[in-house]
Amino acid sequence: MAATIIKNGYVFDPLNGIDGEIKDIFIKDGKVVASLSGAEARDATVIDATGKTVMPGGVDSHSHVAGAKVNAGRLMRPEDHYKSVRAKTDITHSGSGYTVPSVYKQGYDYAAMGYTTVFEAAMPPLEARHTHEEMRSTPILDMGAYMVFGNNWFIMRYLKDGDVEKAAAYVAWMMRTHKAYGIKCVNPAGVENWGWAKNVHGLDDHNIHFDITPREVIRGLAEVNELLGLPMSLHLHTNNLGHPGNWEITRDSLQITSGMDPKNKTEVEWAETKENARRKQCVYLAHAQFSSFGGTSWRDFGSGVKGLVDYVNGADHVVIDNGAVPFGPATAMTGDGPAIHDLYMLSGQKWANCDIELECGSGVIPLMYLKGSPISAVQWAMGLELLLLIKDPWKTIMTTDHPNGGVFTQYPQVITWLMSKKARDDTAKECHKWAYDRSSLGGVDRELGLYEIAILTRANSARTIGLSYRKGHLGVGADGDVTVYDLDPTKLNVNDPATLMQKFARPDYTVKDGQIVAKQGQIVAVPKGRRYYCRPYLDDTLEKEMLVDVKNWFKYYTLGFSNYPVPEKYLTNPVPIQVNKPLEAVVRR
Amino acid sequence: MTNIATVATVKDIICPVCGASCDDIQVELGKGEITVKNACKMGNAKFQEIVSTHRIKEPQIKQNGAFRAAAWDEAITRTAEILAKAKRPLLFMGSETSCEAMEVGLHMAEFLGAAVDSNSTVCHGPTAMGIQEAGRVGATAGQSKSRSDLAIYWGSNPLESMPRHMSRYAVYPRGYWTRRGRFDRTVICVDPRKSITAENADLHIQLKPNTDYELLSALLTLLHGKTPHPSVEDVTGVSIAEMEAMLKMMKECNFGAIYVGLGIASSYGKHRNAELAFNLVKELNSYTKFVIGALRGHCNVAGFNQIASYLYGFPFGLDFARGYPRYNPGEYTAVDLLREKDVDAAFILSADLVSHFPAACSEYLAQIPVACIDIAPCPTTMLSDVVLPGVIDAMECDGTFYRLDDVPVYFQPFTSSPFPFTASNEDTMLQIFEKVKELRK
Ligand code: SF4
Ligand SMILES: [Zn+2]
Repeated sequence: MAATIIKNGYVFDPLNGIDGEIKDIFIKDGKVVASLSGAEARDATVIDATGKTVMPGGVDSHSHVAGAKVNAGRLMRPEDHYKSVRAKTDITHSGSGYTVPSVYKQGYDYAAMGYTTVFEAAMPPLEARHTHEEMRSTPILDMGAYMVFGNNWFIMRYLKDGDVEKAAAYVAWMMRTHKAYGIKCVNPAGVENWGWAKNVHGLDDHNIHFDITPREVIRGLAEVNELLGLPMSLHLHTNNLGHPGNWEITRDSLQITSGMDPKNKTEVEWAETKENARRKQCVYLAHAQFSSFGGTSWRDFGSGVKGLVDYVNGADHVVIDNGAVPFGPATAMTGDGPAIHDLYMLSGQKWANCDIELECGSGVIPLMYLKGSPISAVQWAMGLELLLLIKDPWKTIMTTDHPNGGVFTQYPQVITWLMSKKARDDTAKECHKWAYDRSSLGGVDRELGLYEIAILTRANSARTIGLSYRKGHLGVGADGDVTVYDLDPTKLNVNDPATLMQKFARPDYTVKDGQIVAKQGQIVAVPKGRRYYCRPYLDDTLEKEMLVDVKNWFKYYTLGFSNYPVPEKYLTNPVPIQVNKPLEAVVRR
Repeated sequence: MTNIATVATVKDIICPVCGASCDDIQVELGKGEITVKNACKMGNAKFQEIVSTHRIKEPQIKQNGAFRAAAWDEAITRTAEILAKAKRPLLFMGSETSCEAMEVGLHMAEFLGAAVDSNSTVCHGPTAMGIQEAGRVGATAGQSKSRSDLAIYWGSNPLESMPRHMSRYAVYPRGYWTRRGRFDRTVICVDPRKSITAENADLHIQLKPNTDYELLSALLTLLHGKTPHPSVEDVTGVSIAEMEAMLKMMKECNFGAIYVGLGIASSYGKHRNAELAFNLVKELNSYTKFVIGALRGHCNVAGFNQIASYLYGFPFGLDFARGYPRYNPGEYTAVDLLREKDVDAAFILSADLVSHFPAACSEYLAQIPVACIDIAPCPTTMLSDVVLPGVIDAMECDGTFYRLDDVPVYFQPFTSSPFPFTASNEDTMLQIFEKVKELRK
């Protein structure tokens, strides 16, 4: 493959401490290199980035883009699809859907927006084949999926017995079996209760049958995570999601893992970075906005962000993604079945639910966030407060928890609000007055710069999930994923929000592995992405003992043990990551 | 993978017949005979096809009204010509084949600007439309197996349409909280007929045909604490006292599951029946755990709904005439396209349309060029201009089915395709698509 040079742009590469320096980026064989030979440079594709902003390709560490519940959303929402279609071209497929787009459209839309890597945040084991099928069909993007464990029977049983090691052996085997990348924990101990139409409401409530508490599950899974040494930390969706006053249980949930040591025991080659590219957190809080509600009821509802932020500012083991609410139609979808039932009780909308034997659950419901609605207005403010009040940008990641708070194609709008106080004030004027009355957003003057935006949308999302060995920066050896925005940082006018937003929505170029895939919103090449997953190992004897337990209880499944795994054929360009590989195996290689 | 000479037992084979996708079938394949364990009668019959003398073994092309054997390449080319020359072809993806084969069909329809549909258009299409109105509270089959103490078969007769549903998933199995199997469960059957399922139920609600909507409305009214108009007794043939008794059982169980069949999807009211049933279940969840799902008669009919939704955004009846997917049941659905003579050629994969569609559709099919893939002669192959031999999924090739509860199942074969020219229906579809692309260049 010919080399690529991105010439003369203002580069924002936070993991290398590069803050708007004018620099050339060289890419050869898909990787960033320090320089090119004369011949290579002559044949190279040159992108003139003079007067433009250059960042690593966008990395979305929390989105819902593949699998059974996403597809339940597509299937039940034709009204979401009629009005949003994409025609085929010579090189691209057609598609449809706004909040829950079909996979081709989804891949193109992400790429056109400058994102090259997207992680699906909830994969149920029994339905992992489905998640992988959808990822296999998604064009361009590098992907992976976190597997849901917080209500898994085997996990709850082992952790109740205090057997963290066997729980770890089980997780290791499951991740290899189903090709999963990380551990997701959704409403621990509560979703299993939802099998009886019940839930849990406090960290020390008990699961009806397994007797375990959310606190024990969170601690246990975080310990498992560090015992195995996974690239990312536990991704946590707390209890009482979407309930007024839940910011306290969220803070208390984060406290559970304080004092733990992050351990990344992956065997990968690390591209060069100036800053430490290894994750510092032991817990990664999902969609913090939905977990930092204040008040005690919908009547005195308000932002509870302040309380949570005070804790996060003083803690060094936490990263959050915000789950912004940029207004408009959305589709709530989560592994938290009872939380979606709560929404159904509020809205009476069409509602889909799917509980999954021995493992987890899920729910889907259409939503509409209106500026005139007091609740939506506060949620909008909260999503932004989180990113503006947490001082250290390396503790935050920008998401909409697509498509829960909003759609990923609204990221440019969210970025604009973060960069421009005027943009926020303009929107607040159109909103219900609770937006500023019941949050502190109106008093926040902070405006994020391009360097911080690069942290929130690529550098930190990559670092948090342990992907910064190759993504989220432009150091030598990194993947040649680059976004070129038509933005001159020296002439940046944050008081013109419309233009700012438009520039982020339609970058001039999206480059993936050195190849231009999108040009001003048009898809120009459709390479196949990679699938990242972990292959963790623990002690052999332990694994054998664990498998005896698993086989014993497999009779409660409706699928046979031998038909349970996901074969590699469901993965495109699989990239297995060895984790905690036995020593002798390392030596032999 | 199996050497025909030695008879070895292969375990954990998946049955490709109904939506239960039973994955515990044991097979011994000998010379000219096959022994099958664990499958029901329906399943066993299909496994016997692999050694059947009826099997279509070579491609056929109709010439002057009669079939003649054709070379594979000729048949593929002829099929591609039919598709490439048509202005508006219909591609019909039958359900007894893999998602992988269906996916090629969807891609080909997109390429051609064609309409593409599947079996759900004539079975649970209305149920899917009911989901689009109301959503659906469901669970995987294992949830019912371990938890359900109340099973309601509504307009469905599993003992005939999905023989192992009761024994594997819903009524007889001993689950975690249902250790005594059938003894831990109550079974209600709602059916105008005294089916064998009804005979085996603890309560049979024998409503008058086509009154599901009225009965569901009355149950919702009762659930809301009101009394339905007394005329409902005459309309449905069910007394309000009976309804109350049924509703009491529903509210007082720990985990209720309703399995709807075509009795709901194809009686008066169609998708409105499904919608109402889904709404009833949604509301019941404020009292106790309740789920609902469809008994999918055909093996991979759920698969088409799933892949069409994730690839293009709609579950069935897609039209690509404008270069992007459109969906409007009643307009772009197979029956309607044929009845309205809105297509000018048809390609049919593993489905017998002629036996299952209204006569007007078959009459029109006889007038337009038709190509099909099938394993055995049937009215649809008789009417086709080109017949390509089908490969039997889950026996002769690997792939994916979606089960009745939308759980994807990966199946592996115990033998290989009997044909040198194709390894699977997916392979055949890809070969046709290649040719179509050449012709349309
Ligand atoms: S119930 Fe269905 S899947 Fe199971 S053996 Fe019978 S026909 Fe096959
Ligand atoms: Zn999420």
